[in-house]
Amino acid sequence: MTSTPGSAGRTDATMTPRADAPPATTAVRRFGPAQRWVHRTTAALMGVCVATAACLYVPQLAQLVGRRALVVTLHEWSGLALPLPVLAGLLSRALRADLGRLNRFGPHDRTWLRAALRRDRRPASRPAGKFNAGQKLYAAWIAGATLVMLGTGLLMWFTHLTPLVWRTSATFVHDWLALTIGIVLAGHIGMALADPEARRGLRTGSVGREWAEREHPLWRPVPSPHTDGPARSPSTGSGRASSAVSGSGTAK
Amino acid sequence: MNSEQPPEEAEAPDGTDARGKPVGRRVLLGTLGLGALGVVTAPTLQRGLESFLAGASGKDPTGLTGLLPNGGGFRYYSVTSSVPRKNADTYRLSVDGLVDRPATYTLAELKALPQTRMVRDVQCVTGWRVPRTPFEGVRLSRLLDAAGVRPAAGAVRFTCFDGAYSESLTLDQARRADVLVALRMRDEDLGHAHGGPARLYVAPMYFYKSAKWLSGITVTEDVEPGYWEERGYDVDAWVGRSNGRDDDPTS
Repeated sequence: MTSTPGSAGRTDATMTPRADAPPATTAVRRFGPAQRWVHRTTAALMGVCVATAACLYVPQLAQLVGRRALVVTLHEWSGLALPLPVLAGLLSRALRADLGRLNRFGPHDRTWLRAALRRDRRPASRPAGKFNAGQKLYAAWIAGATLVMLGTGLLMWFTHLTPLVWRTSATFVHDWLALTIGIVLAGHIGMALADPEARRGLRTGSVGREWAEREHPLWRPVPSPHTDGPARSPSTGSGRASSAVSGSGTAK
Repeated sequence: MNSEQPPEEAEAPDGTDARGKPVGRRVLLGTLGLGALGVVTAPTLQRGLESFLAGASGKDPTGLTGLLPNGGGFRYYSVTSSVPRKNADTYRLSVDGLVDRPATYTLAELKALPQTRMVRDVQCVTGWRVPRTPFEGVRLSRLLDAAGVRPAAGAVRFTCFDGAYSESLTLDQARRADVLVALRMRDEDLGHAHGGPARLYVAPMYFYKSAKWLSGITVTEDVEPGYWEERGYDVDAWVGRSNGRDDDPTS
């Protein structure tokens, strides 16, 4: 993404805390390798889960693909592995900091949600930090839904461990929640398709400063490492991370 | 960790994120709670939804309700990638093993034998049930009697022209009056997707016993577990009395 020199100069002057920062900065760092790889592997595993589920469930696809035992095995193991990328990502301080940001809802998130409900698309009425309220809600819900799918899936998998009523009930919840997840996931992918800059953020780790200021005006990003001075941005990043984590611990 | 804490004012806007209410955690726990509640209330919810969807699918010309969970109707399961098609010219059913008179039947020969029609519920071990489904065909006991089962025999093994599926019954089970080699379902000739031109129909058992695309009947000494039975399902698959399930019996 490119931006006009005029706007880049203005934003640097008003937004960057350090006045000595190089003025040419137009990209800001949004995600480190940990977040990007966790998102990638989770998306791939979710993709396998959804594709195999469709082959088990939609009669036309089942007829086309067959191989039921193989498809079932793929579905079971990709489902079992689905939470692992996030769990492994917990080792990363940057990812923990982002989870902290996703968890906490401030007054501006309420404003954002109200605007979303009114279908008010003006950026001014949708204040957001690094993540907007919609992204926070999606993250929390999909995490909970994935765990419910995992739990009900295990009840269906290890059939001799639980009483029958549980298993029938688990199938019921698994089926209907799968349908719901499919719809919500389609929304998630649709919104990503409509926003190339958001996709760039997860692909390369950096986004345009203009985009960040428009979509996430309350977010104070670290300047991109490619255009910024050497050792300072990582330390600022980790300082920020620790404040987010300790913040979530003390705000009870 | 704390030594790196930057000045408060520099973090203020992002700090809004850090100091807000932990709504994310509540949404996550709430979703988990709803999931658990769903499992607990599922029997009630399922009954309500099934009766609603059964009514709706009757008036739904698109057939989309059939794709919803518990929307009613059959689901297609095959264990192989593709199944060859057989018609009246190419279909053969062999009866062999511990018999005095091994035989091979064409579809026309099977149709020429006395036909039995039964109307029962179909119950799948994965939970779906299709009420009052007519099946019509030749009693298996008739084919066994025609072949002359030897005294040493104790079981019957079934093989299928999909190349992979197999099933088995004890001889006593195979001789039951409600076990057919079915040629018609819902008063139509059996289509390919439903296991045509001929399939096994074991009315009192879960539907995986009713092997589709039946091509071979072999009388054996002992029961040999079939395809799904080697993968953990019960060999004696009485509806409501096996596989840990308590469905209403179908026969």
